[in-house]
Amino acid sequence: MANVFAFAETRGGELRKVALEAVTGARQLADATGGGEVHALLIGAPGIAAKAQALGEHGADAVIVVEHPALELYSPEVAAATAAERIRSGGYRAAIFSASARGKDLAPRVAAKLGVSMASDVTAFQPEGDAIVVRHPAYTGKVITTLVLTGTPAVLTLRPGAVTPAASPRAARVESAAPAIDPGAARVVPKELVQGSNTKLDLGEAPVIVSGGRGLKAPENFRLVEELAAAFGNAAVGATRAVTDEGWRPHSDQIGQTGRLVSPDLYVAAGISGAIQHLAGMRTSKTIVAINKDKEAPIFKVADYGIVGDVLEVLPVLTEAVKKAKGQ
Amino acid sequence: MKIAVCIKRVADMESRFKIATDGSSVDETGLKFDMGDFDGYAVEAALQLNEKEGKGEIVAISLGPDVVQETLRKAMSMGVDRGVQLKADRVPFDGLAIARALAAELQGGGYDLILFGRMAVDSANQSVGPMTAELLGLPCITAASKLEVANGRGTARRELEGAAEILEFPLPAVVTIDEGIARPRYPSLKGIMAAKKKPLEVKPAQLGEAHLTVKGMELPPERTGGRIIGEGPAAVPELVRLLQTEAKVL
Repeated sequence: MANVFAFAETRGGELRKVALEAVTGARQLADATGGGEVHALLIGAPGIAAKAQALGEHGADAVIVVEHPALELYSPEVAAATAAERIRSGGYRAAIFSASARGKDLAPRVAAKLGVSMASDVTAFQPEGDAIVVRHPAYTGKVITTLVLTGTPAVLTLRPGAVTPAASPRAARVESAAPAIDPGAARVVPKELVQGSNTKLDLGEAPVIVSGGRGLKAPENFRLVEELAAAFGNAAVGATRAVTDEGWRPHSDQIGQTGRLVSPDLYVAAGISGAIQHLAGMRTSKTIVAINKDKEAPIFKVADYGIVGDVLEVLPVLTEAVKKAKGQ
Repeated sequence: MKIAVCIKRVADMESRFKIATDGSSVDETGLKFDMGDFDGYAVEAALQLNEKEGKGEIVAISLGPDVVQETLRKAMSMGVDRGVQLKADRVPFDGLAIARALAAELQGGGYDLILFGRMAVDSANQSVGPMTAELLGLPCITAASKLEVANGRGTARRELEGAAEILEFPLPAVVTIDEGIARPRYPSLKGIMAAKKKPLEVKPAQLGEAHLTVKGMELPPERTGGRIIGEGPAAVPELVRLLQTEAKVL
């Protein structure tokens, strides 16, 4: 029986879905090693403690709440020092983070502070004796590795979407703690959080993604992609590198090898040819729909359903059909 | 500024990969290798920072067998002043083992800035940069898509999911570089000739013990896609039907 630590990521005072994934992952690992406790760390400005309950609902037995007025903006050094101190004193078997932009920044710092190795961007994990065996996509998703991580605690980052948040309700004990370093003494100073265009639903959290490529021909035609996303209601808008390089969409919307890796339930590729760079970011989507006027385009080789045609003609018809199906 | 750029030699990701007979590595037969994509951005960022100042020194460091000297020469052909190979038979998968070797080399080097690519595209661990920073006790910014340095302080932008953040930090520091900073330049013929004469030091890598090891590698299952259901707007009703009844996502 071993206790497991989970880092609960927040942004703008709200829990991110990846926080629930980390707690659910920690719960699964604790249960697999004989049912230890899950302790989640929640850091933020005063008031963040209100989010502890949701962590308890997903399997946290205790929530360590660190509130400080200077922590409205995420401080990488305060988070790393506080997580490392807690993990060191708590005697955990493992520490679970998300492989989100923040988690990928935080977990290696914490592991190095603790002097332990870590496994990144994990899609599956399982304890085996003293080790934890994980699956980790490498080579832009073209090779799946099975890795053995030894040492205690084992530090893991979970690929967003790899674990589905699951209810495992309990009344979590809430413990207040102070930041391990004074936020005013941190060398790296956060100045500003810049909100992007996808503020409603993040690409990593949306069950549906509608993505546009060069086939849209002009930036103003992205309106058609946005309208289809709106018709689904639970969709975010993505783009190819060609499109973000052109400045049609912000860099943060780019899906692919050098952008976001996504795995939604439904991925609609509109006017996307399917360059390897793009496929690397979305090939693990559960269902892929492709609309492209070139029937030889590589996107059709990975698509479950393909329509050969001009996206500018197909998208408006599809949007109306989805609206009708959704009863709008 | 004195800048170190840590770079890795990686396979061309456009390749069709095969698993080697040992079952736990990629068969390198016929593969093309080059500096990692993000490492190229890091080299370019270092060059531009020092070009702006009009002075300084840039050192490229790469860990691995002698073939990494090609990668170091490439960096030197772009304008890096000298190279250091931390010699090892192979690059371990464990980021901490690599970070320990790099930190041992970087410690006491008097660097104002230590740059990395955001990640190595082959192992995809994205851990060596921030781990090295911790071992050296330096401030660290990961995945910077913009970087400015003036008067001993830096400002960086990091892309988050659907947002971005701006951070300030003092030098010396470790920064890992995302794309978007600047497109890596192509080496000029003059640069390629000059690189041959630049110093390249070879030292043994002081690798830490590895606690993350590869048990196996496999290729992902091929997607059984390729089903074209029709042409043009006329195919939409069939698509919606399939999304509702077969894929059950609508």
